Amino acid sequence: MTASAWEPVIGLEVHVQLGTASKAFSGSSTRFGAEPNSLTDPTVLGLPGSLPVFNRQALEHALLLGLATRCRIRRESRFARKHYFYPDLPKGYQISQYDEPLCEGGAIELSVGGAQHSVRLTRIHLEEDAGKSIHQPGATSLLDLNRAGVPLCEVVSEPDIRSAEEAAEYMRALHQLVRYLGISDGDMEKGQLRCDANVSVRPRGQSALGTRTELKNINSFRFVQKAIEHEIARQIRVLESGGRIVQETRLWDADAGLSRSMRSKEEAEDYRYFPDPDLPVLVVDDELFEAMRQRLPELPMARYRRYVDAWGLAADDARVLTGERSLSDFFDAAVAAYGDAAGAKPLANWIQSELLRELNRDVRAVDACPIAPAQLAALVRLVDQGAVSGKIAKQVFGEMYRTGAAPEAIIEREGLTQISDEAALEGIARSVIEANPGQAAGYRSGKTKLIGFFVGQVMKQTGGQANPQLVNQVLERLLAG
Amino acid sequence: MPAPIQLSAVEQARQIKARRLSARALTEAHLARIEAIDARIGAFLRVDAAGALARADAIDAAIARGEDPGPLAGVPIALKDILVTQGLETTAGSRILAGWVPPYDGTAVARLRAAGAIVLGKLNLDEFAMGSSNENSAFGPCRNPWDLTRVPGGSSGGSAAAVVSFQCAAALGTDTGGSIRQPAAFCGIVGVKPTYGRVSRYGVIAFASSLDQVGPMARTVEDAALLLEIIAGRDPHDATSIDAPVPAYRDAVTSQASVRGLTIGLPDEYFAGGADPEVLAAVEEAVRVYQRLGAEIVRVSLPHTAHALPTYYLLAPAEASSNLARYDGVRYGQRQAQPGTSLLDMYRETRGAGFGTEVKRRIMLGTFALRSGYYDAYYAKAQKVRALIHRDFERAFERVDLLLSPTTPTAAFALGEKTQNPLDMYRGDIFTLGCNLAGLPGMNVPCGFTGAGLPVGMQLLARPLDEVTMLRAAAAYEREAGTLDERGVPVRQPPGLPAPAEVSL
Repeated sequence: MTASAWEPVIGLEVHVQLGTASKAFSGSSTRFGAEPNSLTDPTVLGLPGSLPVFNRQALEHALLLGLATRCRIRRESRFARKHYFYPDLPKGYQISQYDEPLCEGGAIELSVGGAQHSVRLTRIHLEEDAGKSIHQPGATSLLDLNRAGVPLCEVVSEPDIRSAEEAAEYMRALHQLVRYLGISDGDMEKGQLRCDANVSVRPRGQSALGTRTELKNINSFRFVQKAIEHEIARQIRVLESGGRIVQETRLWDADAGLSRSMRSKEEAEDYRYFPDPDLPVLVVDDELFEAMRQRLPELPMARYRRYVDAWGLAADDARVLTGERSLSDFFDAAVAAYGDAAGAKPLANWIQSELLRELNRDVRAVDACPIAPAQLAALVRLVDQGAVSGKIAKQVFGEMYRTGAAPEAIIEREGLTQISDEAALEGIARSVIEANPGQAAGYRSGKTKLIGFFVGQVMKQTGGQANPQLVNQVLERLLAG
Repeated sequence: MPAPIQLSAVEQARQIKARRLSARALTEAHLARIEAIDARIGAFLRVDAAGALARADAIDAAIARGEDPGPLAGVPIALKDILVTQGLETTAGSRILAGWVPPYDGTAVARLRAAGAIVLGKLNLDEFAMGSSNENSAFGPCRNPWDLTRVPGGSSGGSAAAVVSFQCAAALGTDTGGSIRQPAAFCGIVGVKPTYGRVSRYGVIAFASSLDQVGPMARTVEDAALLLEIIAGRDPHDATSIDAPVPAYRDAVTSQASVRGLTIGLPDEYFAGGADPEVLAAVEEAVRVYQRLGAEIVRVSLPHTAHALPTYYLLAPAEASSNLARYDGVRYGQRQAQPGTSLLDMYRETRGAGFGTEVKRRIMLGTFALRSGYYDAYYAKAQKVRALIHRDFERAFERVDLLLSPTTPTAAFALGEKTQNPLDMYRGDIFTLGCNLAGLPGMNVPCGFTGAGLPVGMQLLARPLDEVTMLRAAAAYEREAGTLDERGVPVRQPPGLPAPAEVSL
């Protein structure tokens, strides 16, 4: 059988670190990159006698994610203890959710090759992160418990994904979503988004699922696709050579570009889940539910459709402008300030060609952009009204970006107002024609391309402020006369 | 004249505030008492003489400046060694924690300190509070001051023994299935297990989290009420602590305390529960005292009582197996491993050497009960039975204000008598377990002696958060029975110990 005779079936389990100020069950900070073991307290260290108290901000974050993915929200969910021994798990159990998770069902929307897909979710539950083991050469290992207790949402998908590319797209959509919701930076390199993939293959047309393997330790967007492609190819190779797939957990080694078996199903641990008696039932009352619904922003997919369907933007432009919420917010605010959907296209062009170039050059976030959306809208209006030429507008834009000043003020200060006064331009044009009789004669004898020379002279004399179309018209009329 | 260390905690504080007694002198007298007798009893695992004296001097200085150091100003107390104390080694009676010096105070401890109490040291207990005789302590047994061949009860055995032998004015214990009330009964003192959630568990080394509760152990009801008033109340560090106002417990037990108009229920199952005739006789005499005081006595039934023991011995070990997973030798306590030992062997050796037999037994029971595929048959089912037991009490409390029974089936038993038979040991808790399973407040009130001179205790149980009624009834009995003199000194004291020395200011 060829590769296309096999259909991959993929489900993802993604851990999202929630960007709360303090840990899931205690007051220590969640800062990244702090001195090892400096962000700890009795609860994080699992000291005897310490107790967990749940961080309400983490609940709010998880609720936003659940609402954004249209999950059923359990009004009373429960924390459970998941037991296993490992040095970076201070209590010998992880506080997680088991049979009564906060969110169930729901879906994540994504587009693959222009087509809209919906990947169903099984559940989203809350849990705490473990610390980090740092294995040294030789027999020693070091522990950093700064990460221990950081709140996580585990987002579990149904096995709805059919290609490695789609899996990568799912990760990008989830990344975009958590950033829109402001619940996580979603930085995979910092471990804020971590992906485990359940992968199986089956002969195309078969409905029964093949034996799956779980792929762990996929820690960049690039590796999501690569690791899954690799695993699909490995499974097909095994099956085509008459072997069978063993249900096991495999660890992705990004450096080697391959996965290694970590443990088989027979070695799977019994986590001895039971409800955590230290934590009361997690209640989502109507007030909180409504407050979170109100806080839910318009989601990227909805904005994308609005840009394309209502504002007539090209798909690629809409994708760029919805990539980050801050950019989309900027764009929306600029269009609103412009006051007419007709401003969407020129504003989209300005943002993509001018604004992003400047911001990217300075490695500056949209939030830190010196130009306010309303100022950009004002600039576009000035161009529409013919108050400044497109060329001058770019000059004004540069000044706006440097100083943060309003375009009107810059135009006023620099005397950049476009000269659209036909009488004034006629005077200048006449003097230019008189000063260049040779060229005028040439034009009149048929060398009409010389019009460019005259336009240039007028522009030069007006310091570039003349309305070029008008100059053209005036010169044509005078030279013809 | 009684010696100052014989006075009630309330009276000690009063004399210190009136400057008739210095905190230093009182602390020194307690330290001398410990020095004189504790080698024979074994109540203390650790005495912090330097810390206690420094604190006493600070209290004396505050009083000299005219400040009020709080309701327990200068009163020397001691703590069951399962309560975490900043800078003072805390072991839970286990080798696995030997040498662990906590960086923080538990909430109940911090509140006692803030009220002016002086911490003398840490008291013996069954390892991780698992036991009913104090014989499961990794650091040696504690003996009953009334008869040194007998156990003081457990798991708060050291607390009960220290209080009754005047080595401290009062103590804190913890109660998961009777661990305050049973040793209080065996040693003849007052011991209160508050409503679950009434006192914060932050800084209490967990045994069974849904059952554990901290409570006071004292020689008088008023002392116990005062301590409870200090330690009770909502704590932001404990999500299971109850956010309800703390009543003035101490005011509830003043001389006006009356039981007139109260209905007291006698659970049939507890009186037919095979209690020793001498114990039953003493408790029945207490019932007659309440009748005389104007309480109405009725019989009630708690039909699921027989299931309390198996229910408890599924739930408590299950939670314990989880709570004790953290003792892995990685971050604190004892690690049994040479460099180069594998991780798994480090766990095995550390836990193998660090835990005692009873603790291991319960970890295995609990691990078994929580296994995948067995959860419904054991843990989930036990939770359902727990709900039925809870409902038994709810129904009873529709008719009565308090329940009264023996605290224990027998008086203190001999050391070694039950160590070979864990089930026999477990059965001694049949009257106290239900209270924990239902989350109710309960207490032991001393109510007489056996012919051999061993204390007998009665148990009072009340509705959730109704400690006031329970304490008021206990105080009314205490006064009517005349177990204390006018200064709060117990009329009958353990024989065979040296008389507490006189101390002057």
